[in-house]
Amino acid sequence: MAVAEPILANDQDTGQSELAQRLARTWSQPKGLWGWFCNTHHTDIGIRFMVTAFIFFLLGGVLAAMIRLQLIRPENSLMGPDLYNQVFTMHGSTMIFLFAVPMMFQGFGVYIVPLMCGARNIAFPRLNAFSYYLYVGGALVLWGGLLTNTGPDVGWFAYVPLSGPAYSPGHRADIWSQMITFTEVSALGVAICLATTILRHRAPGMTLNRMPILLWEKLVISIAVIFAMPAVMVASGLLLLDRLVGTHFFNPAEGGDVLLYQHLFWFFGHPEVYIIFLPGAAIVSTLVECFSRRRIFGYTPIVVSVVATGFIGFSVWVHHMFATGLPQLSQSFFTAASLMIVIPTGTQFFCWVATLWYGRLQLRLPMLWCLGFFFVFLIGGLSGVMLASVPVDLQVHDTYFVVAHFHYVLIGGALFPMFAGIYFWFPKMTGRMANATLGKWHFWLFFIGFNITFFTLHFLGLRGMPRRVYTYGPDMHWQGLNVLASSGVIFMTAGLLVFLVNVFRSVRVGGIAGNSPWGDAGLEWSMSSPPPPYNFLHVPTVSGRDPLWEDPPDQPVVVGLRDDIRETLVTHSLDADPQHKDEDPGPSIWPFLSALTVSAAFVGSIFTPWAVPIGAPPVIATLIGWLWPRGQSPTPRQTGESWVH
Amino acid sequence: MNATRSLIAASLAQAMPLDPGRHHMLHAAAPQAGHIEWLYWITFWILFAVFVLMIGAFVRASAKTHVEAIHPLPILEKDEKADRRAGWGVGAALAVTVITLFVILVLSVITGKRVEGLTSQNPVTIQITGHQWWWEITYPNPKADQTVTTANEIHVPVGTPVVVLTNSKDVIHSFWAPNITGKRDLLPGYSSAFWFQIDRAGIYHGQCAEFCGLQHAHMGFSIIAESSDAFQAWQQEQLKTASEPSTSETIRGREVFLTHACLMCHTIRGTDAGSRVGPDLTHVASRNMIAAETLPNTAGALAGWVVDPQRIKPGTQMSPNPLAPDDLQAVVAYLQSLH
Amino acid sequence: MRHYTQIGVLLGAIAVLASCSREDRILRQPPPANDTLNTVQISGLNPGANLIRTPPNSNMYQASAYAVSEGQKLYEAYNCVGCHAHGGGGIGPPLMDRNWIYGSEPGNIFATIMQGRPNGMPSFRNRIPEYQAWEIAAYVRSMAGLLPKGVSPNRTDQMNIKPAESSTPEQTPNGITGVPEQPK
Repeated sequence: MAVAEPILANDQDTGQSELAQRLARTWSQPKGLWGWFCNTHHTDIGIRFMVTAFIFFLLGGVLAAMIRLQLIRPENSLMGPDLYNQVFTMHGSTMIFLFAVPMMFQGFGVYIVPLMCGARNIAFPRLNAFSYYLYVGGALVLWGGLLTNTGPDVGWFAYVPLSGPAYSPGHRADIWSQMITFTEVSALGVAICLATTILRHRAPGMTLNRMPILLWEKLVISIAVIFAMPAVMVASGLLLLDRLVGTHFFNPAEGGDVLLYQHLFWFFGHPEVYIIFLPGAAIVSTLVECFSRRRIFGYTPIVVSVVATGFIGFSVWVHHMFATGLPQLSQSFFTAASLMIVIPTGTQFFCWVATLWYGRLQLRLPMLWCLGFFFVFLIGGLSGVMLASVPVDLQVHDTYFVVAHFHYVLIGGALFPMFAGIYFWFPKMTGRMANATLGKWHFWLFFIGFNITFFTLHFLGLRGMPRRVYTYGPDMHWQGLNVLASSGVIFMTAGLLVFLVNVFRSVRVGGIAGNSPWGDAGLEWSMSSPPPPYNFLHVPTVSGRDPLWEDPPDQPVVVGLRDDIRETLVTHSLDADPQHKDEDPGPSIWPFLSALTVSAAFVGSIFTPWAVPIGAPPVIATLIGWLWPRGQSPTPRQTGESWVH
Repeated sequence: MNATRSLIAASLAQAMPLDPGRHHMLHAAAPQAGHIEWLYWITFWILFAVFVLMIGAFVRASAKTHVEAIHPLPILEKDEKADRRAGWGVGAALAVTVITLFVILVLSVITGKRVEGLTSQNPVTIQITGHQWWWEITYPNPKADQTVTTANEIHVPVGTPVVVLTNSKDVIHSFWAPNITGKRDLLPGYSSAFWFQIDRAGIYHGQCAEFCGLQHAHMGFSIIAESSDAFQAWQQEQLKTASEPSTSETIRGREVFLTHACLMCHTIRGTDAGSRVGPDLTHVASRNMIAAETLPNTAGALAGWVVDPQRIKPGTQMSPNPLAPDDLQAVVAYLQSLH
Repeated sequence: MRHYTQIGVLLGAIAVLASCSREDRILRQPPPANDTLNTVQISGLNPGANLIRTPPNSNMYQASAYAVSEGQKLYEAYNCVGCHAHGGGGIGPPLMDRNWIYGSEPGNIFATIMQGRPNGMPSFRNRIPEYQAWEIAAYVRSMAGLLPKGVSPNRTDQMNIKPAESSTPEQTPNGITGVPEQPK
């Protein structure tokens, strides 16, 4: 026997009631151009992250198309080596730093996490907005560099000594290093916001054991970001010091070490790919549950797997350095760790299969993308197992085999779930349904094109074609496969065009989505689409893992929060007991101004050390403006009372 | 054991036809690459089986799909029995996964030991130094006058262990001959050693496999495996100073070489040219290709390279040399006489 | 949405217009000028009324960080270090001070390299292509701090003998400056 329709909170939120209108007034964000820069609501910032990241995805895709066009013919002259080096470096840097993390972690996280927690806004909303502006600043610095012939040309991982002062004259590699600083500070900011929201702003009753898998994943990734980003900031910071100040961290002639850079970079670089993949896996867990019409099988194993992946992800970085001649014993350790990390990922796969097997699959559009994920990521993961073993890696490292592998895991593990998530939460974000037919065309065109291009690259790698070559000789017998790989680009481009048409069209004339068009269990489906500025009419409580499926009709809500100031509820990190009330700071221009001053200081420091003392006072001034005390709210905060009736 | 392994490898390889080709890691010409190829195929088939099983599971799991229901279907009730069966299934799959991974780990470590296990009291020692964008090859010898120096073309005797010592003059490069063995990065400030042995005579190609700047794509090399006698003869030839030019054209060519930009970067032992910036040209005519395996070693290619290397390898360190046509003809003839 | 478009177009326009010559990689040289050698003068005195200018192309090597970096590599490769050390001098005069015996303009240094000078400076005519001599000239100027910071090389990957050229304070050149007179 099936359970009744999804349960909504007590008062139906039609937006008409007095309470709704008061809340709307309190929580509304200002309008106009000035208001746009003052906005601190997580739904708006989340959509900005996603839209901006998608724009950079398209730009990165254009660069990829240029690469494929250049490689269609041996000794092709479409691009010379200098332009080609800039293009592939920009492609990798854009996709990883300006698209994958901002979309998967920052975009989806910032939008969905507070809604899933039952909170009215994200924790530290101004830090959240600041992170967005800083990300945009970094993106503009990088692409501004490309447009002024200062685009980095040393590869997305910018190994020294090639990226050092002796072999990379000018400021190209400095632009790259500072872009890292921008985007990593941005990611750290969002990590702090998300971790705090998940730990302290959950709805009462949402113990850790009842947290949706997506919240678990965002928590784990936030902590991974906090540990991993500093490593790359150190790597790029030391590189900047070597280049601009004249230090010798990476200069072997003066006691430095070129491998130090690789260790620092990959200590970040490997967790980075889990920072990109785990959000995708969490989206898949959410969607598999929803579209199998049953609670996910193996909640605890999946949560343990997510946490384990986060941990083990920090212990495998040397598998990017197997060719450097490290001792065999240490290489074996990293082979073992790299194979071990397959176990938690495999666990998630098996649990998904089990959920589908014993469920009732309703194959809607988002679920189609999940099935695509299964196929693509599985291939990528299996080629990764091949790469984990040192002898095989010593042959295929730095060839197109690795390129094929990581595109399968990144596109399969992030892009397919991204599209799944976009189609899934599109009704919530816009209030309208995306067109399913166009969505299916998008899927099949993209899926076919992707496999044509990237499956072929496995063979190119086996045949010995190295990475990052702007051309190749006619006697290498690589042309045929390169032509085949390049032809897939047409399908992928067509698929993306269909997607854009779908989005632009559906936003205006798509079917009106109700609160919960998919019948999912999460709290984000309990309010209207798009959510009102106050998110929830009443802050909810939960009594199970799948609130909208399991909570009884008389599930209590939180009362006692004022509706004339922006009051939020802070709960205990483990069992979500209400602890005290807090006040959301509301819209503010200071995050934007701070991002401007920080950006100016960062960019200026590339060109002159005077940027640091000259740039610091404006930063301090804007931070003072940001942190200026607001005085007590009229009613003192109360603790220890029960807020649930 | 070896025979069985190569039989398995060969029959597995037959199952997936591949074009023969140089630079193909699955066309091993040396035991090292052979061990790796064996491991590759075993791993591939194991993982292929995993792939088939997993896809089968997904297909079966999604077989009963309700495709076009527009409204959300009702939620399924909690089913203890199904969950228990699922538990056993997941547990079994996990156990198989752990075992499979362990098997792959053991095979990988064994293969690694086999590949690294080559050693010898009397190897041929080669010092390879990476430059942007060519390979400096030296056969070190305690006696300085027995040290062979050449560029981009390595000769080794068949059946003898070879140890390569790596270094780099500028950025990180990577020495990779796919038919022979796995790659090894050339790191400035580090010297590491790796071994290989070629049992079949032939010419094997390699290419730089770590991005090293503008002409990373055109930084190739070749390994010529020949009989011991041929190798000794080659070494003796390489040790000699440059052959004296005998025709008027080659004499003029040497004159041009020594009075133009050439001697600023290149060495021709036996002449006044002694610079170490570019490759040693004392026996350049004995090499099959020039410009780091980019061009064949013919008069036309050589002339084009000398006049405008930037056209063929933009960004390379060698400058254009707009010589007068007669001078160009002469210098090319001279270089072609340097066997 | 409208805001995104406006901001994007504005930034794009600024960026494209501000392309940086510092980052130029000049991989193919312009065709050799007809015997630039004799058009570079040490002093402004010249019989007759026709004054000869320094060829306009030389500045592109000074404006490009890549060209100056190439000049630094060539300075080592062609063994300028043998007589001039890394600017401190030895057999030859120092290059990082403000005394320029034969002038500090790029054309002057180019002429010095190509023509040779009394007391031991060899003539590299026909030994070094002209564009490389311009690159070396640009690098030599950077040793005395005469090039902008952004274009001067930073530290090399060798042993540290002196501060990087980009940290070298500017030495106001004295001696013959040798800028040819411009026609009125």
